[in-house]
Amino acid sequence: MSAHLPILQILIPLMAAPFCVVLRHRDIAWFISLVVSLLCFAVSIMLLDRVLVEGVISYYMGDWPAPWGIEFRIDVVNAYILLIVSAIGAIVSLYGRHSVNKEIPKGQVYLFYTAFLLCLTGLLGMAATGDAFNLFVFLEISSLSTYAMISLGKDRRALTAAYQYLIMGTLGATFYVIGLGLLYMMTGTLNIVDLHDKLVQLDDSIRTLKAALAFLTVGLSLKLALFPLHLWLPNAYTYAPSTVTAFLAATATKVAVYVMLRVFFSIFGIDMFEEIGLGDVIMVLAIVGMFTASTVAIFQNNLKRMLAYSSVAQIGYIMLGVSFLNATGLSAGLVHLLNHAIMKSTCFLALGCVMYRMGTVRLSELGGVGKTMPWTMGAFVIGGLSLIGVPLTVGFISKWQLISAAFQADLMPVAFLILLSSLLAVVYIWRVVEVAYFRTPTHHAGFKEAPLSMLIPLWIMAGASIYFGIDTDMSLGVAQIAADMLIGGTP
Amino acid sequence: MMQRKPILRVTSKVFMPFILIFALYVQFHGDFGPGGGFQAGVIFGSSFILYALIFGLHDAKLVLPSVVLEVMAALGVLIYAGTGVVSFFTGDNFLNYNSLAHDPLHGQHYGILIVELGVGLTVFAAMTLIFYTFAGRGR
Repeated sequence: MSAHLPILQILIPLMAAPFCVVLRHRDIAWFISLVVSLLCFAVSIMLLDRVLVEGVISYYMGDWPAPWGIEFRIDVVNAYILLIVSAIGAIVSLYGRHSVNKEIPKGQVYLFYTAFLLCLTGLLGMAATGDAFNLFVFLEISSLSTYAMISLGKDRRALTAAYQYLIMGTLGATFYVIGLGLLYMMTGTLNIVDLHDKLVQLDDSIRTLKAALAFLTVGLSLKLALFPLHLWLPNAYTYAPSTVTAFLAATATKVAVYVMLRVFFSIFGIDMFEEIGLGDVIMVLAIVGMFTASTVAIFQNNLKRMLAYSSVAQIGYIMLGVSFLNATGLSAGLVHLLNHAIMKSTCFLALGCVMYRMGTVRLSELGGVGKTMPWTMGAFVIGGLSLIGVPLTVGFISKWQLISAAFQADLMPVAFLILLSSLLAVVYIWRVVEVAYFRTPTHHAGFKEAPLSMLIPLWIMAGASIYFGIDTDMSLGVAQIAADMLIGGTP
Repeated sequence: MMQRKPILRVTSKVFMPFILIFALYVQFHGDFGPGGGFQAGVIFGSSFILYALIFGLHDAKLVLPSVVLEVMAALGVLIYAGTGVVSFFTGDNFLNYNSLAHDPLHGQHYGILIVELGVGLTVFAAMTLIFYTFAGRGR
């Protein structure tokens, strides 16, 4: 079976999703999604292991050879993203049972797990495929199921948030297809490797190519919520069920970033990308996003919304790393994909526990919560310290790498700005710490710690944000190999 | 609904079997001519939507409950993916229809036929469910 690993990664959740619908039982559906996401995680570990040892794995759908048929092409970059997505998927389904049962109406829980598995399918598919149009199909699978999951939120505003995301997401997907159509017009192929081979033979000054790159960039920026195209994100994250928020914050935007890297470095290649000069535009937007979103985060009362804005800022860091156009910067961006997934899911999972016990995540109602729920808030603080970038946490590794990339690119002011924006993170995390630990409890006694089945996954993530802050072989090591591969132009 | 419109009721009753037959024609002739699972599913679904429009949602749900439709939608996906999985057992890659018969030509033919059946089932069920959901709003 090991030859089929690339397709099994997608096939297992895809085939499990309809079973959840057929069986129509919430606990069975939860159990299926747990087993499936653990299997996916195991498959992604095996894939990464094989890729690191043997190099690129290519899998032809229906045995139709590559430029004509659909190819799944796993190299270090994909395998790394697959590992992030499936690991978060496994943690979230381990965690989700109680939270989902509480926040989603009973009759819809099995449909939630169906949507979750389809979303997992779509995200893993986007990462695994080597065909640019097939990627769009998986993008739509993941997006449509995401809209459904967001709309299941208890608050009625979840519906408008889902609708807003639907409009923006569809715009993004449309732009992606238009860009791809232009490329197809110029080259006659949709396979990513083949696209690159054909594009380098063309004259860079062709306007169609620039238009294609522009469409692809704007479309994907919408999906990954690059400032100023992030407007769908805060509402979607705030009103979605807690489990969904934790899953999306750690995976959806990350996979979109991955697709953007593919477009920039694997399809167009760094030379053409540099010549068009898009890197500077992205750098400016990333820096403005870092500051604006962090500042807005400081003034939020709803903690989920605060973390949502913080996500926009963190995406700014990732894209800033990419915009340096050197291997160090790219590896900083890639390692921050993993690190941000870890720390943001820690924070959102902790908020899920708070939501489960207290029924609210508004800061003004959470006075003294650190005393009633010490384990939950302890994990939140670890996640928060990572967001700031304190040494011995994953955040420090990303920022260190990012700042060295800024020095390497001779951009001293940018390095200074990175440090400055970290101070904003200190402010918004400190507000939570102050309310949670230094205020006398405003709520009645009787609230207790979240159940163990939620605390264990939460602390696995909190532990990971410390572990990967100390041992960086797995995270930064792989990210550096992946970055060299992308910069080298060999997709 | 439409109780006092005998012309509509009789005409739609007459039309319905032909719509269903035409849907099946589009489904199974899809590999030789225009058509296929998606179009057939929509046409098949439209006959049930017509029934619901003329005789009311309640009666339509007696003929075809939403639960059945949900299961059918899921089954379609399973048929499609399951057809692809068959090729694992002969050592071929996912969705290689050659392994469905001794002769690759027949294998590809059967593969498309079965896969399109799955598509048709899911599209039919999804179309009808969407109609049910919108028509049932505010009740």
